[in-house]
Amino acid sequence: MITRLFRRFIASAVTLLGVAFLTFFLLNAVPGDIARVIAGAKASPEVIKDIHAKYHLDDPIWQRFGLYLKQLAHGDLGHSYVTDQSVAEAIITRLPTTAALSALAVVMWVAVAVPFGVLTARFRNSAFDRSVLVLATLTLSVPSFWLARMMQYWLGYKLGWFPLGFYRSFVDLLLPAAALAILFVGYYARLIHTNMVEVLDSPYVRAARARGGSETVVLFKHALRNAMIPVVTILGMDVAGLLAGVLFIENVFALPGIGTLAVQSVFNLDPPVIMGTVLFSATLVVGANWVVDLLYGWIDPRIKSGS
Amino acid sequence: MPLLEIRNLQIEFGRGPKALRAVDGVSLTLEPGKTLCVVGESGSGKSVTALSIARLLASPPAVYAGGEILLAGRDVLRMSPAELRQIRGGVVSYVFQEAGASLNPVFRIGNQIKEALRWHRPQAATDAEVIRLLKLVGIPAPESRMCCYPHELSGGMQQRVMIAIALAPQPKLLVADEPTTALDVTIQAQIIELLSDLRHQLGMAILLITHNLGIVGDIADDVAVMYAGQIVETAPVRELLQRPLHPYTRALMNSVPVLDSAGGRLATIAGAVPRLGAFPGGCRFHPRCPLARPDCSQTAPPLVEVELRRWVRCPYWNSPALKA
Repeated sequence: MITRLFRRFIASAVTLLGVAFLTFFLLNAVPGDIARVIAGAKASPEVIKDIHAKYHLDDPIWQRFGLYLKQLAHGDLGHSYVTDQSVAEAIITRLPTTAALSALAVVMWVAVAVPFGVLTARFRNSAFDRSVLVLATLTLSVPSFWLARMMQYWLGYKLGWFPLGFYRSFVDLLLPAAALAILFVGYYARLIHTNMVEVLDSPYVRAARARGGSETVVLFKHALRNAMIPVVTILGMDVAGLLAGVLFIENVFALPGIGTLAVQSVFNLDPPVIMGTVLFSATLVVGANWVVDLLYGWIDPRIKSGS
Repeated sequence: MPLLEIRNLQIEFGRGPKALRAVDGVSLTLEPGKTLCVVGESGSGKSVTALSIARLLASPPAVYAGGEILLAGRDVLRMSPAELRQIRGGVVSYVFQEAGASLNPVFRIGNQIKEALRWHRPQAATDAEVIRLLKLVGIPAPESRMCCYPHELSGGMQQRVMIAIALAPQPKLLVADEPTTALDVTIQAQIIELLSDLRHQLGMAILLITHNLGIVGDIADDVAVMYAGQIVETAPVRELLQRPLHPYTRALMNSVPVLDSAGGRLATIAGAVPRLGAFPGGCRFHPRCPLARPDCSQTAPPLVEVELRRWVRCPYWNSPALKA
């Protein structure tokens, strides 16, 4: 167990190091002078030279990467070249918005996908099942940028049900979270459906019915728990990779989260912030993997004992 | 009053002209506390019959096309879903073939037993009762075993747990559908012995479904032999084993391996069980029957009581060729 954890830890560290390396070198390959970006087009050669010296821009890339790692090891993500704000601080102040948006979206899509997945499996090939299949396919094929914009326009602007800015509470996040959840809900309803169909044919479901279990208990306790085993893995990966969707939704709805920070940093060509947001999302993916592994052992006892 | 009385049961799969009749006019009677074995090859309709007693066949595709299933005097085929939930477990409990697959892999066995108790005897849903039941089915160290997951137990232990779950609601009838098929021979004998003990101890009736005539003698009071969706012979066990009347029963008996037989090849029944929907006309066994006559393919023989409590579906049961 200890060696497994240790191996896991090393693998995670190597992954993050790899991400840092790739991002750093890719950023370096971007054409243009960072100093010009920082100081502006009209800056004098002296200023540019000072900036080069200050940020070690003339050092060999290996040396600069080493410097960056050393700084990381001290828990310092550096400062923005543009605003001079500490990158860690920028991420932390924006984290609550992004976390709330993501959590709300995950809860929404799971809460909708589970009952639809279970009931379409129970009544498969019924008119209900087919309608849900059509709807699910629709949510999967509609371009999300269009859908998010439409929701914003109709529900926020035209009908005025949701605020278009100045988000203060959880409730204000409902519309952006719904726009994010729709990207996943159809896929998850079908995923749960497929797993449920398989599980419903299994002998232990028949045995639970033979013991006098009610349909609700048989479906949502005996069958669903087993059908969720493969779903949890995919859910873990999707939650980890959610930042891609968040990035987009936050920009459409002008939410002050990590997604907008990441996009701004790219437009500003602000390497420390780009590095910081990329490393942050990589850490999320690695962390989500850990959580999925732990959850897996809990949801499927056969894995814990390694059989 | 018999505990279970199946009258002229017809079960079909699908509807309309394409419907396939898997069970065709089966009648069975089981008195309280007795054991009835239903014997037949795969595809004979014996499991379908067994599952229909608590209406466990998925419907659709299964259709209960006719007949009655009287369980303690009430027709199961007319029960509401709520009544069905009461009798499932409460009156009739099931033990299935693959215990490993019939136990839910993600719940501890103690909790699975407790759940059956909660559904039918809520006041008894305690650890103490779970331990008592595990002891009853012969599981050593029940206090620690109740925290095991199914995959942590051997096949024989899993089947004992299944039996404990089946016994938890104190049913009047235990339906065991091929309970030993997935187990090796020594464990098979232990499970049959356990079922036999429990029947005497608890006074419940057992309906045992098996394809193995070899285990019938150890436990049954009566035997019904099924072939292609019909009963071909019923008799008290001793008489059936000593003097089988139907050619199919005789062929089945010949194919049971015997320890002290002097070498030789094991007898088999030529051909295969006809596929559902492709049952031959006339007597359904005639293509495989060594004694078939030309008219066997023409007229379907009825099930006739030829001696007291001995029913046979063969008009030539008494012919000299069969006795030889």
